[in-house]
Amino acid sequence: MIANYGYKDGSGEFYISIDTDKCTSCPVEHACLTGCPKGMFEIITDDYDDVVAAVKQSFRRSLAFDCSDCKPVGGYTSLPCTTACTPGAIKHSW
Amino acid sequence: MITAGIDMGSRTVKVVFIEELKVDGAPQLKWGVKGKHIMFPDELDADQAADKAFEDALKGAGITRDQVKKVVATGAGRKQVKFATSDVTEVGAGARGAVFMCPTAKTVVDVGAEEGRGVKANAEGKVVDFAGNEKCAAGAGAFAESMSRALQLSLKDFGEASLRSDKTIPMNAQCTVFAESEVVSLIHSATPKEDIAKAVLDAVASRVCAMVRRVGIEDEVILIGGMVHNPGFVQSLKVALGVDKVLLPDMPEYISALGAALIAAENNA
Repeated sequence: MIANYGYKDGSGEFYISIDTDKCTSCPVEHACLTGCPKGMFEIITDDYDDVVAAVKQSFRRSLAFDCSDCKPVGGYTSLPCTTACTPGAIKHSW
Repeated sequence: MITAGIDMGSRTVKVVFIEELKVDGAPQLKWGVKGKHIMFPDELDADQAADKAFEDALKGAGITRDQVKKVVATGAGRKQVKFATSDVTEVGAGARGAVFMCPTAKTVVDVGAEEGRGVKANAEGKVVDFAGNEKCAAGAGAFAESMSRALQLSLKDFGEASLRSDKTIPMNAQCTVFAESEVVSLIHSATPKEDIAKAVLDAVASRVCAMVRRVGIEDEVILIGGMVHNPGFVQSLKVALGVDKVLLPDMPEYISALGAALIAAENNA
């Protein structure tokens, strides 16, 4: 399942997509949890009893601001979350 | 066996009971709806609202609490249903219920009071891809309701009025609060109510469409949630999605509760 967490507003579309099929057999022991400097990810049991990553509820309405530090303007050349997630389950829409 | 789904939405509480059917020669008809009930809570205590809605639903269906083997809760307030056996997200429940009602549907558009979302489901009603808008109400029923109040029209008249307009007036505001001020400006410039109603519903449809496009549009599209009762919105959504037909199930506001009841039944089987 592709889970898109986020929103679209007047300034753009801000979604973090998680391919949860890649989470169920995560070979890097959910490195997203520590990879994100703000701790935006959590591990949940979804509706199909799969243990998968998700964006915490408290961050889902403010992704544009919360993720801005990790974008090139913040000095990063690649996103820490997508780098930590070597199976490639995490993607940003912006 | 009877199972129940309870959908604790932001405006209403919906309860659906389903029971196992034994129809010779039609094995696909495995479950049938035993009863349904909707309640508009007049107080903010969600625990009491869930209990009262469930008790009323039991009375309406003529069954007792003991006959219900399992209760699965869904909706924004699903964690507050203390007597539920388990809970599922509104995404999972909506997809399961929608595919049960229309097995050919692959794209589920769910527009309730608080939130709209686009879901791609497989033939079993399992979610493949979903996108919502966690931030604002501008792509949801509460926005349409708020704008109908600004126009001093009932929700029914609001939807029907928009069908009488053939004008396209863009609404630029992305936020409900700013959109309301845009509506007030249109009223002051003597824009006919039907044109404003269409502009509002086009705007809601456009926001919902953005979410649906994120997951991709696959035939056939089914719309669930209370906005099914708004014919103006259905028309605006068809145009925004670029499709000829949008499937409209019976009892659209109960689909998530139905999905929860089905999940309860299937996990209990």
